[in-house]
Amino acid sequence: MDLQTLTYIVVGATFALYIGIAIWARAKTTGDFYVAGKGVNPVANGMATAADWMSAASFISMAGLIAFYGYGGAVFLMGWTGGYVLLAMLLAPYLRKYGKYTVPEFIGDRYYGRSARILAVICLIIASITYVIGQMKGIGVAFSRFLETDYDTGLYIGMGIVFIYAVMGGMKGITYTQIAQYCVLIFAYTVPAVFISMHLTGNPIPQLGLGSKMADGSGLYLLDKLDGTLKDLGFGSYTDKVRISELNMFVYTMSLMIGTAGLPHVIMRFFTVPKVKDARSTAGWALVFIALLYTVAPAVGAMARMNLMDTIQPEPGKWLAVDERPDWFRNWEKTGLLKFEDKNGDGHIQYVADKEKNEMVKVDRDIMVLANPEIAKLPNWVIALVVAGGLAAALSTAAGLLLAIASSISHDLLKGVFAPNISEKSELLASRIAMALSIAAAGYLGLHPPDFAAGTVALAFGLAASSIFPALMMGIFSKKMNKAGAMAGMLAGIGITLFYVFQHKGIFFVADWKYLESWGTNWFLGIEPNAFGAIGAVFNFIVAFIVAKVTAPPPEHIQHMVEDIRVPAGAEGAVAAH
Amino acid sequence: MSTRASYWKANLRLVITCLVIWFLVSFVFGILLAEPLNAIRLGGYKLGFWFAQQGSIYTFVILIFCYAWRVNKLDQQFGVHED
Repeated sequence: MDLQTLTYIVVGATFALYIGIAIWARAKTTGDFYVAGKGVNPVANGMATAADWMSAASFISMAGLIAFYGYGGAVFLMGWTGGYVLLAMLLAPYLRKYGKYTVPEFIGDRYYGRSARILAVICLIIASITYVIGQMKGIGVAFSRFLETDYDTGLYIGMGIVFIYAVMGGMKGITYTQIAQYCVLIFAYTVPAVFISMHLTGNPIPQLGLGSKMADGSGLYLLDKLDGTLKDLGFGSYTDKVRISELNMFVYTMSLMIGTAGLPHVIMRFFTVPKVKDARSTAGWALVFIALLYTVAPAVGAMARMNLMDTIQPEPGKWLAVDERPDWFRNWEKTGLLKFEDKNGDGHIQYVADKEKNEMVKVDRDIMVLANPEIAKLPNWVIALVVAGGLAAALSTAAGLLLAIASSISHDLLKGVFAPNISEKSELLASRIAMALSIAAAGYLGLHPPDFAAGTVALAFGLAASSIFPALMMGIFSKKMNKAGAMAGMLAGIGITLFYVFQHKGIFFVADWKYLESWGTNWFLGIEPNAFGAIGAVFNFIVAFIVAKVTAPPPEHIQHMVEDIRVPAGAEGAVAAH
Repeated sequence: MSTRASYWKANLRLVITCLVIWFLVSFVFGILLAEPLNAIRLGGYKLGFWFAQQGSIYTFVILIFCYAWRVNKLDQQFGVHED
């Protein structure tokens, strides 16, 4: 059976599975559609959280970036897992104790006022839309390959499907569907990794295979061989190559970590676990299931790079002939995401670091995970499975974020503030319109995304890190933090981060509107825009503390409320009240 | 000092201990000291590289469960647990 038919079947079958479970689960638990995970045990809830969390950035994009960054790719690995430590210790149990359902609601209550709530909604929308742009890039790549069209067409089709999916309710909030999505996702990710690890090193466990010797009888460790190959071609050593600078890596990692603990759609899940105790262990279980993918990803990255280099240079000094290009190579050329140019006209493709001589003129990082099983010559069903997994990851997260955007506009802004008397029907209509507009905006920007999928998502994390996380953390850990301080902090944090990102990536991410080239010499302390969220967060904290010092302390009852959320006792009551 | 205040203090001490480890395995071993640590090998892995791409993640998982276990005990000890 040819690959495309097989892909239709596998993608169709997994979607039928999700819808089937959604129907089955809805019949059993009516009413709590949005109250994800209530009464579900922490292991199951952790698995669902992991599915919710891992998007196109984790599944499609990250290992590809690691393949080309090498050691520097660790910023994503540490950044997107270490945030759960912060979440479990600094936010989740206390927000659960408080027992409200959305982040703007908590911020509005803790900082006593509608203005704080509106500001939180705005920060949330900015971060979420940026996040959706990243998903759109991933979806565009997956659809363009799967339907064998160019990237733009793939993206338009993806936009349509995301809209239908999100309007259907995205099947978000139904924990069992997400558990099924997690299973598909992790199976699709690890199966090719196991095959490839087995093939290259003889060790079926990718985490161990990456640290093992090659099975080709050379006696070389895989990583040493990769280092050697890449050094010979001028790319630099895989295991030592720092991402721009140590300082940049430090700030980048920090930005992703605190962004994790500041993204509303992740935090929301912890509001509704049965107990405070469960908020802590749910974070732990979520990280277990995330770590399963995240510890495999470095092996996928390194082995994909190895196979790619071996395909283009089968023996040292001997290059792939232009007319002997394998099928996967030709197929990805159709998407416009892979390009070569026989500069020296020798009929062979040279792939070297030197820009003048390099003939692989375009290798989009986001194609690596999807191309990986093809490069490794794995059977077609594995390739189809990877496409299905990537789509599950991208669609579920995109739909979840769109729901969060829509509900914050229709519920928090319209009903909560501007039009309290709005009918339920118009509220629903408003949320649909908000969703359609978000998809159109994110899709349009996705045609020329500010970065690869994971890089774009990193920008979203930076925005959340610089605005939401500090406000939440100070709300719990500082009794004296007041409304003026928190709001000034949020404004300063997101303001300076947006300013920095827009100046290098273009105003509103439109590349034509950037006014400083994104180069090292233009960067503050050599820190790239994707990593700037941590600096924004520092600004947020400093401004908040200074403003809080010179303005009136929060009212007595707010200080009591903070004391109360710090202890688990009495949590049942808090939930019953809402 | 009230029970609630001393509970909070004990909790903060625990959180800080955990965050020191969190910081060490990722930012210190994985980034700042990665280069010198790379002189040590763990099979085919250089140690600094291993911390950055594997070890820190394993530590994070263990850390959250240790924290949950210890803080649950604190809840009981200070009588501020649920139910």
